Amino acid sequence: MLLVASQALTAGAIAANFDTARPTVSKHLQILTECELLEQKQTGREIYYQINAKNMKQVADFIEPFRQMWDDRFNKLEDIMKAHQSKK
Amino acid sequence: MEQKTKVSAEDGQHDLVITREFDLPVDLLFKAYTEAEFLEQWMGTKVLRLESKKHGSYQFETSDGKGNVAFKASGVIHEFNPNQKITKTFEMEGMPFGVQLEVYEFVQLTPDTSKLNMHVIYESVAQRDQVLKLPFAQGINMAHNRMQEILNKLK
Repeated sequence: MLLVASQALTAGAIAANFDTARPTVSKHLQILTECELLEQKQTGREIYYQINAKNMKQVADFIEPFRQMWDDRFNKLEDIMKAHQSKK
Repeated sequence: MEQKTKVSAEDGQHDLVITREFDLPVDLLFKAYTEAEFLEQWMGTKVLRLESKKHGSYQFETSDGKGNVAFKASGVIHEFNPNQKITKTFEMEGMPFGVQLEVYEFVQLTPDTSKLNMHVIYESVAQRDQVLKLPFAQGINMAHNRMQEILNKLK
């Protein structure tokens, strides 16, 4: 995912970054495309893969309220302990 | 801007990691977790029992805004290493989330700053995902309730 975050790449170029067999990489790309986390773009004879930013954001958004809940708690913890520290 | 609190939950795994850096010395961060007086304040829960030691146990009770008990949580401490590490179980009584194992690592970064690594292991992927979805579902519920209120006024 990190590889295709900044630029569109062909399956071959993506596979070159892994020790995994090319068919395995192709399978992974196929699944990620089916889940609409990657999108394909045909340029001449080559198919380029790039990140589907809209759907990646949805995945992050799903965890965001949970992260926000902990962030709020930890902010409170920090404030309370700082107040305790300055009282000492 | 980089977020202070980070949550990492890989797809298909039955654990998650929460990390956070604090502008607090590590002993104060540890105190926030081990002394009832402080834990009650930042967790917004009533501490019925907290034995901060190896093989100690704890029990919390959280009420809603009207004073009704919303849920009880309890667990047992398995490892207690002051200012360094706590390993404990956590269970929400009467909820379908099972027992989770929590490993807390308290790390001193500088004399005035510290970091918390919280590793939570669930019984199954489904249980972890349910817990992750909880605040998301609550947010949607709140939005739905708010929408209902507005629609009711329009009637």
